[in-house]
Amino acid sequence: MSQMDQSIIDALSGQQSSIQAAWLANLEESGAARGVRGDELKKQTGDFLKLFSEGVAESGMDNLGAAGWAEAREFLEALSHSRALQGLDAQQTASFIFSLKRPLFDLFQRETSVDPATLTNHIAAVSELLDAMGLHTVRTFQKAREAVIKRQQEELLELSTPVVKLWDGVLALPMIGTLDSQRTQVVMESLLQRIVDTGSEIAIIDITGVPTVDTLVAQHLLKTVTAIRLMGADCIISGVRPQIAQTIVHLGLDLEGIVTKANLADAFALALRRSGLSVTKAS
Amino acid sequence: MERIPILRMGDFLLVTVQVEMHDQLALNLQEDLADRISATAARGVLIDISALEIVDSFIGRMIANISGLSKIMDAQTVLVGMQPAVAITLVELGLNLPGVATALNVDRGMQLLRHSVQQQ
Repeated sequence: MSQMDQSIIDALSGQQSSIQAAWLANLEESGAARGVRGDELKKQTGDFLKLFSEGVAESGMDNLGAAGWAEAREFLEALSHSRALQGLDAQQTASFIFSLKRPLFDLFQRETSVDPATLTNHIAAVSELLDAMGLHTVRTFQKAREAVIKRQQEELLELSTPVVKLWDGVLALPMIGTLDSQRTQVVMESLLQRIVDTGSEIAIIDITGVPTVDTLVAQHLLKTVTAIRLMGADCIISGVRPQIAQTIVHLGLDLEGIVTKANLADAFALALRRSGLSVTKAS
Repeated sequence: MERIPILRMGDFLLVTVQVEMHDQLALNLQEDLADRISATAARGVLIDISALEIVDSFIGRMIANISGLSKIMDAQTVLVGMQPAVAITLVELGLNLPGVATALNVDRGMQLLRHSVQQQ
């Protein structure tokens, strides 16, 4: 069945408002309308039905990839993109399309009541078309979500490595979260760059926020400390929690030549002492 | 032949690497420095590598060698101004340069040199 009945095409454009009403009711029922404003949904369904009937008239129902469907495809992409940003899930996004099946089937039943074979053909064709549209929507939706996640990951990476200045010549880097190779690289680079920029002689790496220390993390820490020493500055590691200290001893890790302190305050006190400063109580 | 100049400042020798190091240049520097230390009886050597952007394992080894040979000739070596990228590369290459004193800039390096010479 490649040629669509003219009567169907006419009915599609002629009975848009009744199809839309049935569709909206279906959407409401399936829960796909949740989280989207009523007037917005009404506009979206209206726009899509218009594009849909244009698409059928121009390219038939066989191939969603045909040129006549380009506008409908773009509309769906924009729609799933906005749904992804609104934080709706994939089911709600796909239901937008699938809820249209019922009203269209009903329409076909009314218009082609003469021949059951033709009716079946029409229904099969429109069902396949709507399935393809649903898949297209979900695929775009997923892409949009993945883009959001990727952006957030990058932002998190940037956010999680702030280098703070504690005193003239003393920098601190509070590390939060798991240390992997990529993060260590970013941390190392930003810390070393700040050491050059500020001419600081002492850097404190605080690992209070690092949940676990294994051999790999210890190796990353050792590398960072060595790089800092090569640049001509000193490094103190602080925030070694009791469990972490136990793990390090159990694993037999060699932290030879690294100054470690239990908390940031101790490390800062040591840094001040090394800079020849002391803190006294104001009388 | 291309050479890196070695300047004398009192008891110390000052080497500033202003060009990209290649292998022959590093070998020449090592040789020249050994000669100059013995000729001037220098107590310390300060090597400024702040203009050095790229190192390989060979240059890293040369730096370690220079420091080692000057120590044997009773001159303390201080390496100053290493760029972050260079430091990361050396660490990744496994060249930790143990026993080489480092400082952030020439000023601090000089202080360190004077301090360690006074202590001896």
